[in-house]
Amino acid sequence: MSMLQKLRENRSSQGTLLALPTTFWMVALLVLPLLLTTVISFGKRSPDGEVIYTFTLNNYIRLAGFDPNCPPADGTCFNPLYLQILGRSLSLAFNTTVLVILMAYPLAYFIARSHPRKRNTYLFLVLIPLWTNFVIRVYAWMMLLRKEGVINNLLGLLAGWIGYDFKPLEMLYTQGAVLVGMVYEFLPFMILPIFTSLEKIDNSLYEAAADLGANPIRTFRRVTLPLSLPGVVAGTILVFIPVMGTFIVSDILGGRQVILVGNLIQRQFLDARDPTFGSAASLILMIMTLVVTYFYTRKFGFGEEIVAA
Amino acid sequence: MPAEFAVELRDVVKQFVTPEGANLAAVDHVTMQIRNGEFFSMLGSSGCGKTTSLRMIAGFEWPDEGEVIIEGKPMGHTPPYQRNVNMVFQNYALFQHMTVFENVAFGLEMQRAGRKEIITRVGRSLDMVQLKGLDRRRPRQLSGGQQQRVALARALVNLPAVLLLDEPLGALDLKLRKEMQLELKALQQQLGITFIYVTHDQEEALTMSDRIAVMSLGKVRQMGTPQEIYERPSSRFVAEFIGESNFIDGRMVQISKEAAQVHVPALNMELSATPISGDLVAGEDVIVSIRPEKVQITNSINEMPNHMEGTVEKTVYIGSDTHLIIHTGSQNLKVWEQNRVSRIDPHAFYSSGQKIQLVILPENALIMKRE
Ligand SMILES: Nc1ncnc2c1ncn2[C@@H]1O[C@H](COP(=O)(O)OP(=O)(O)OP(=O)(O)O)[C@@H](O)[C@H]1O
Ligand SMILES: [Mg+2]
Repeated sequence: MSMLQKLRENRSSQGTLLALPTTFWMVALLVLPLLLTTVISFGKRSPDGEVIYTFTLNNYIRLAGFDPNCPPADGTCFNPLYLQILGRSLSLAFNTTVLVILMAYPLAYFIARSHPRKRNTYLFLVLIPLWTNFVIRVYAWMMLLRKEGVINNLLGLLAGWIGYDFKPLEMLYTQGAVLVGMVYEFLPFMILPIFTSLEKIDNSLYEAAADLGANPIRTFRRVTLPLSLPGVVAGTILVFIPVMGTFIVSDILGGRQVILVGNLIQRQFLDARDPTFGSAASLILMIMTLVVTYFYTRKFGFGEEIVAA
Repeated sequence: MPAEFAVELRDVVKQFVTPEGANLAAVDHVTMQIRNGEFFSMLGSSGCGKTTSLRMIAGFEWPDEGEVIIEGKPMGHTPPYQRNVNMVFQNYALFQHMTVFENVAFGLEMQRAGRKEIITRVGRSLDMVQLKGLDRRRPRQLSGGQQQRVALARALVNLPAVLLLDEPLGALDLKLRKEMQLELKALQQQLGITFIYVTHDQEEALTMSDRIAVMSLGKVRQMGTPQEIYERPSSRFVAEFIGESNFIDGRMVQISKEAAQVHVPALNMELSATPISGDLVAGEDVIVSIRPEKVQITNSINEMPNHMEGTVEKTVYIGSDTHLIIHTGSQNLKVWEQNRVSRIDPHAFYSSGQKIQLVILPENALIMKRE
């Protein structure tokens, strides 16, 4: 009774109590593993694939493209393979996010402005693909893009019709294939937040803008876009971060040709059996993602400033 | 040459499909002519089509039939951003992502006015609505009354030919409302802009307007000056909607251009009264409408026309006035007397059961068609 009463009066201990379960969860499953990963990344791999706990920067030096066994003055040991992988991951994540925004925005706008009765149907359609397993959906793209796949077969049929000599296109195992797969996988995560922020915009604001002399294009630039920006920001965070780390799409659609940092990490843990190097790559991936997200949110906010009338 | 009317609605119809699938005429063959520089009000109860009419003038809706004409030009499907009118929205519709200054500057920017001109004109209109010094706030950081003023400044800064106001004071408390009524009226006279004002508050309409259109069920029931609407309501509906009135059934006995006699069974007498509509004929069933404040209580028992004796049934003291129910013939009449002399004794003037003499001047007894 008295404890309850105290709790009722003390708002900060209320907060502590409410945060307790999450805090426990985060410490057990995020903070501790992260610390472990950090420690391992400074360790050494024994010949039989065990971790030797010491302190060496060798893994990071290798990531930067240098061979720790090479004398530092000797430039011939430089190999930018891992830097290329990091760069490729970054640019692919960037391109995916931009493409997803460009495709999701018009659709979200269309859904938000449609009749309320149809709106739920449209949202339902957006969500349907998420009911199927992620991996299966990526395999479906493989069926489409393969040399003997659906797209090539159709094109061949068409070419045969007009009497054109057609050689099947090499679409699978290219960066383009990975990009297509990524855009497809992450589209719903952009559509939903943008839709939410667009839906909140009261119709009378569009009318007020028109009333004050703004044509539809200027209304969009001055009213719609700024008011929906929080949705774009939230969607960007939801898309960019997972794309940076994913390895399934590039594994299936990129094969050996398109290796991303996600694939690198996965292979270090599973194939190469070098958890120390894998841990170092994981940390670098995390830091890269954090830095990009930090600068992005510093410019645009976290998407929390959704302004409602 | 400027057009004769700022805005004209010609036989305008607007229908909506209700969720049940029926057709509803929100605006039903409405014709209005609003003069340049006029303060014009649309008055009517909820759902009578005021907002819909206003939205058709602004260009948010297009009439199904008829025509909206602004400054002599038929509007057809002209979009809102090409019409020389501005609207003050009922919910203000301020841009929350912009400061007060940016909100007010929006219209000028759309007209591609220069930076310097924008700064002076925005400053001037913020002064005009007494919002000096608040230009860097966001709308959310303002009180309801202040937001209302921003909405007003944002529309007025464009100096439109016509300003449309949809119950702009609806969300304000009574005192602020009264203040704003006076300010709005003063602004309108100062700027000479035509105001079309939508309200369901009859007092507001009477105090502010040059002319009023009383609406009901999508139709205009009467249009005229406040005096015409109040003193010569054309129907029982209007007389009832604006102010209060006694309605007594009668039958036309005799009618000439100016005067008429009505036999009123409930009063057991013939009243001399004023016909409102021109097409009344002798023998027709009519109603006589008498405003409560226009019934005179007299001491003299001389033989004036429309003189009658009654008994006080009930008195209600309301400060400025005393409201009496007086029984005369078989009819109860509402009679309002001003309290010109102060007395603490509640029965100083009238008490129940008291006999008094009443006179109703013929010009105060209005003959209307029975609906
Ligand atoms: N978009 C719409 N769809 C269907 N019906 C509508 C629509 N807009 C208005 N109506 C109907 O038209 C009628 C008139 O509406 P309007 O908004 O013009 O009334 P109003 O006089 O402004 O009332 P209030 O004083 O309550 O604002 C109402 O019966 C309303 O339900
Ligand atoms: Mg309305």
